[in-house]
Amino acid sequence: MNEVASLTIAQVREGLRAKTFSAVELTAEALRFAEAENPKTNAYLAFSREMAESAARDVDAKLARGEDPGILGGVPVAVKDVISTKGVVTTCGSKMLERYVPPYDATAVERLKAAGAVIVGKANCDEFAMGSSNENSAYGPVRNPVALDRVPGGSSGGSAAVVAQGTAVVSLGSDTGGSIRQPASFCGVVGVTPTYGRVSRYGLVAFASSLDHIGPFARNVSDAASVLQAIAGRDELDATSAFAPVDDYQVEMRKPVKGMKIGIPKEYFEGLAAETGDKIHAGLDVLRRLGCEIKEVSLPHTPYAISCYYIICTAEASSNLARYDGVRYTARAEGASLTEMYSKTRGEFFGMECKRRIMLGTYVLSHGYYDAYYLKAQKVRTLIASDYSNALKDVDALVAPVSPFPAFKIGEKIADPMQMYLSDIYTITGDLAGIPCMSVPCGLTPGGLPVGMQIFAGHFQESAMFRLAYAFEQAGGVA
Amino acid sequence: MEFSKDDVRKVAKLANLALTEDEVDRMAHDMGEVLTHMEQLATLDTSNVEAMAQVLFAAPDTASLRPDEVRERTVLGTKEALQNAALSGAGHFKVPRVIER
Repeated sequence: MNEVASLTIAQVREGLRAKTFSAVELTAEALRFAEAENPKTNAYLAFSREMAESAARDVDAKLARGEDPGILGGVPVAVKDVISTKGVVTTCGSKMLERYVPPYDATAVERLKAAGAVIVGKANCDEFAMGSSNENSAYGPVRNPVALDRVPGGSSGGSAAVVAQGTAVVSLGSDTGGSIRQPASFCGVVGVTPTYGRVSRYGLVAFASSLDHIGPFARNVSDAASVLQAIAGRDELDATSAFAPVDDYQVEMRKPVKGMKIGIPKEYFEGLAAETGDKIHAGLDVLRRLGCEIKEVSLPHTPYAISCYYIICTAEASSNLARYDGVRYTARAEGASLTEMYSKTRGEFFGMECKRRIMLGTYVLSHGYYDAYYLKAQKVRTLIASDYSNALKDVDALVAPVSPFPAFKIGEKIADPMQMYLSDIYTITGDLAGIPCMSVPCGLTPGGLPVGMQIFAGHFQESAMFRLAYAFEQAGGVA
Repeated sequence: MEFSKDDVRKVAKLANLALTEDEVDRMAHDMGEVLTHMEQLATLDTSNVEAMAQVLFAAPDTASLRPDEVRERTVLGTKEALQNAALSGAGHFKVPRVIER
């Protein structure tokens, strides 16, 4: 067997075809390795051995019958713990849902299973996906496998870490303000936030519904594209999921990039420290050598993005988290009256960041403040989205950094929520505009920490984004 | 901007969220800081801008809008819907008494 920690989807497929290993053997080895390695990072909250073994047996049975086991046949996958898995505890990194067992699968999970994936476990994350460092999990922070004293990023820190650590081949995360791309950049893996509506949100525990996306993590562009291929497309159970046809990404991403026009948004490079900036510029040089035409563009409303985002996401979060009231979702604190029971349950089982966002969201939606905050932010969101549509009239894609800095030390920023919010500046705009964006590894800082290059494209232009990322990766990326 | 401990208590009540005294202190500080940052939005003229009501409104092929037809569908049965309840019985969620007789 190839080293399980570095397997790709293509290698799993080939190994199964050549009978180098069976899906059951691969699953046993993947679980053994993941369970042994997990104490180093705390990236998995739980393993789903039974579900994994049964999926692996199905794959082997299909192979024995000469059937195609699916594009993810036998591939060990981790799923972020905000994504519902039928019969497998889904905590959302919260004490509120410590015992919550979803009675149904998220559509993305259902589609992974249909594609033959073997779900080995649930990945740690910030509580209800709120955070940029994975330090807000009620079950302890995740440590970055590249540097164990540092954060893996957040909120999908566990999903990024398992792929970097090799304890899953690919994983699913969710992104509301950068929660896939930022951890991907911090851990040195590929992370994709598709167009809003490209992947059904059914079964993704809601944080901010107009901003939430499910997307893949992988160790290379092709694997990320395969996972998106498996989960993308219209789903009747999510009214916001899009009817737009899904391209064949494996075909599209291999098309030439020569002559592609790339914009670099100048606002994303002003004041960017050299340890990250030098790597992104080196990445742009690679794209230039591949024949891409690079020009400066402007996204003038970028300075307003943090305020806009944290108004909209907290408003939506305060509304979405209202359902955790001690009635339907397992946890309840005793109270003499109904309201006292609600209030005590929420006070006892939510962590500090969730409370902060519920408070901010309740405030910006409250009587007398709605126009000044929420309505204003929705107007600014229109401006930010039109910045992108204007820029993308002249170019095929935009390239920028993912984060202003590489992975920081655990504990370094957690005491100052405003500083933590400001660190999301380069990723939240993509979510506000609803366009596809991804992080692709772009070398290491002088201190040896991964840097991620971000690629943005127009609505439903995942193919153009993958094409650039794939060409960049095949050219060797940045050392 | 100043966000007082009383402001915090008022919003916490609206949110049905019990906070400890320490949390009230911390929240007053954090909310003051975040809301101060957010004041910058007031400096931007948005008088001729439509608020975003639909994320993919401007996207080609948007098509997340289907014909407005009623569909019969039951996703979960009563048993499944109740299985995670803190307290249930006779096919219902149970909560503390709401109406005094």
